[in-house]
Amino acid sequence: MSLDSKIPSGPLEKKWDDYKSHIKLVNPANKRKYTVIVIGTGLAGGSASATLAELGYNVKTFCFQDSPRRAHSIAAQGGINAAKNYQNDGDSVYRLFYDTIKGGDFRAREANVYRLAQVSANIIDQCVAQGVPFAREYGGHLDNRSFGGAQVSRTFYAKGQTGQQLLLGAYSALSRQIGLGNVKMYPRTEMLDLVVIDGHAKGVVIRDLVTGQVSVHSADAVVLASGGYGNVFYLSTNAKGSNVTATFRAYKKGAFFANPCYTQIHPTCIPVSGDHQSKLTLMSESLRNDGRIWVPKKQGDTRNPADIPESERDYYLERKYPSYGNLCPRDIASRSAKEVCDAGFGVGPGGQGVYLDFSSAIKRLGEHTIAERYGNLFQMYEQITGENPYKVPMRIYPAVHYTMGGLWVDYNLMSNLPGLFVIGEANFSDHGANRLGASALMQGLADGYFVLPYTIGNYLAEVGFGKTPSTDHAEFKKAETDANSQINKLLSIKGKRTVDSFHKELGKIMWNNCGMARDDKSLKEALVKIPQIREEFWQNVNVPGSGLELNQSLEKAGRVADFLEFGELLCLDALTREESCGGHFRTEHQMDDGEAKRDDEKFCHATAWEWKGVGAKPTEHREKLEFENIKLATRSYK
Amino acid sequence: MDLKLKVWRQKNAKEKGKIVNYDAKGISPDMSFLEMLDVVNEDLIVKGDDPIAFEHDCREGICGSCNIMINGEAHGPLPGVTTCQLHMRSFKDGDTIYLEPWRAKAFPVVKDLVVDRSGFDRIIQAGGFVSVNTGGAPDANALPIPKKDADVAMDAATCIGCGACVASCKNASAMLFVSAKISHLALLPQGQVEKKERVKNMVNAMDKEGFGNCTNQYECEAACPKEIKRDFIRVLNKEYILS
Repeated sequence: MSLDSKIPSGPLEKKWDDYKSHIKLVNPANKRKYTVIVIGTGLAGGSASATLAELGYNVKTFCFQDSPRRAHSIAAQGGINAAKNYQNDGDSVYRLFYDTIKGGDFRAREANVYRLAQVSANIIDQCVAQGVPFAREYGGHLDNRSFGGAQVSRTFYAKGQTGQQLLLGAYSALSRQIGLGNVKMYPRTEMLDLVVIDGHAKGVVIRDLVTGQVSVHSADAVVLASGGYGNVFYLSTNAKGSNVTATFRAYKKGAFFANPCYTQIHPTCIPVSGDHQSKLTLMSESLRNDGRIWVPKKQGDTRNPADIPESERDYYLERKYPSYGNLCPRDIASRSAKEVCDAGFGVGPGGQGVYLDFSSAIKRLGEHTIAERYGNLFQMYEQITGENPYKVPMRIYPAVHYTMGGLWVDYNLMSNLPGLFVIGEANFSDHGANRLGASALMQGLADGYFVLPYTIGNYLAEVGFGKTPSTDHAEFKKAETDANSQINKLLSIKGKRTVDSFHKELGKIMWNNCGMARDDKSLKEALVKIPQIREEFWQNVNVPGSGLELNQSLEKAGRVADFLEFGELLCLDALTREESCGGHFRTEHQMDDGEAKRDDEKFCHATAWEWKGVGAKPTEHREKLEFENIKLATRSYK
Repeated sequence: MDLKLKVWRQKNAKEKGKIVNYDAKGISPDMSFLEMLDVVNEDLIVKGDDPIAFEHDCREGICGSCNIMINGEAHGPLPGVTTCQLHMRSFKDGDTIYLEPWRAKAFPVVKDLVVDRSGFDRIIQAGGFVSVNTGGAPDANALPIPKKDADVAMDAATCIGCGACVASCKNASAMLFVSAKISHLALLPQGQVEKKERVKNMVNAMDKEGFGNCTNQYECEAACPKEIKRDFIRVLNKEYILS
């Protein structure tokens, strides 16, 4: 099967406007005759639900949290990019587009990214109109800062809680539509399966997490906005509930999963303090401006850092990358930390940490200046570790943060299954192999407010109204029966191991064998081990309680079951892509200086996988990426 | 360290609940409070017991999911800290810790430490928004807002909707929560058009949900993990009178 990206013809700058002028429309009076299901209420799902309801469609929205306001987008801190050029520093749609393509290591689709840059300015207007309290200058205008190495100030922010404020904006728009009766909201529910009828997505199977009741819901189209899959690594900066289930089960129903091996790893997280650790916390990357990163020169040196003299410290980034030093790119900083720790130089419990030391900055600038710059981060660090970073160096270690892979979608944000739309982090389209800071929020809201509401109309107008299938259809019955039998199977195993113990075991393999660096050997090893864990899971997992109550162990069990299959797909994708790019680093493919070595001749494509059964090798499809407007270049930030 | 836990166990909304004793052994001071509960739950599952249900998600203090009364205090002993960011080094070896769900008629227990806070969502649905449709918004800088107003609006908007204010109030009042949203929007020009309707509708919704009245004792402010100021209640009262 060929992958048709449906990119409109014509010059890049005109594609989206021309597209919008020529798509089919649904008559306003007919919109209420269509039902759309949205899974997830983050920036993408919340904004999409609100906008579709404003347009007049019937919307049914589902989220697993107790309130749509708690989706994980709320935890994003830094900011949101938009090509407004308010600072008159030369920003433009083209520059934002170019930075995003380059940041993604030339593995994203040009037309989608250009559209993202185009609508970015509307997002800020929309959010301000909703009352999102962005930071302001004294003159009353919006303040901007620069972010992630960009040479312009295009990042809008609301203190360190930009994600929270943007999400609350989308949530308020959604709440308005719920209050008006245009959106039927189902909190504390989980999607267990996608229903496909005659090749089109027509509904979902849902479990009510309080009563345990499994039900089916039909619609004219289904929108997945269920976020990323970073928790396949067990430890990540994702919320505990973030999971792959909705997208993975759609994959098992025929939707293609694209580029799952693209995972972003952030260098500045608080390290793991012991086996009990349940998640990781990201510290702002800005700390690397004043902090110096080092480890002791002697392996296993457990002395107090203050007792280690300068001559016995290895400032390894400054040594290896003299021009960039501590500000070298994220992926290099992350990999270097892993290398020194793997070689036995790591500090702190378990040796999985490196020092981020502010002592010379404090000596140079004074404690007051450092407190002004980073005070809140220092407080947060002390809260979590119990150590005062003004007195002892911080300890940091890289962690999984964001996933760029996801279900394959075309220019319409529709998967290869007609009627199944995928938006936000759940799709694969905009970030290539790496995501720049402040661009995930932008994509979530762009998709939900400004892209999907157009493209879904085109699809719905084509299929016509009055075709919502009855939930008595055999496909619904079958999907419901399958979902119930999986639940019953999980509950009946009554083995000896907890769900979490399997998740941790999988996570360790994913991190060690397919984390910051991968190679042929480590990936092949993972591909042998993961099926073994999966097999034991289905023989020996212990899920207490019943299916007809709030049962958090059962919820986790279903999600971990999916991670156990998905982890294998991720490793297979990593093995197949024999090059290094962005968040995918194959140690066999690197430059002399440690930079990622891309292979544009063989791998300038998105890989989309087609499910062929548990343990069976999925079929690989490729979408060749055409770069008509940007010349492929080696990514360099030197 | 070893601790004794006294935990409220309640199978569902209909059945009666009771305090059950558990031992939490070998707890590291580096664990967060919720990680300590994870460890206790792993033991319970291995022993064949039902693990303690509790709510959590981001574990970074921002999603507002976590909600436990710890020794009678919402989110435990530290000011400005959510349960998920409370660490066991705040406790001593041998301590006895009481864990209870939020206590309020408007927040019925779902199971163990999990309560139903959907009343908060219904209050927002009654008017906690600016009625603007997507698309066609004017340029963001066409509406200058004094920095001071934007900053105070941001302070109010920081509310995470966890419900600690309700749980710590003897009247189970939702005034701090409602006042935060009212103040956020009342301080911005975008919120002016609907401000009278908004405050009436939200206060009515609050009453309908069964939240009590404010008697100015400010337990809410003391318990708020985001340190939302009681001054916003004054703004709410003013806006309500003006409406």
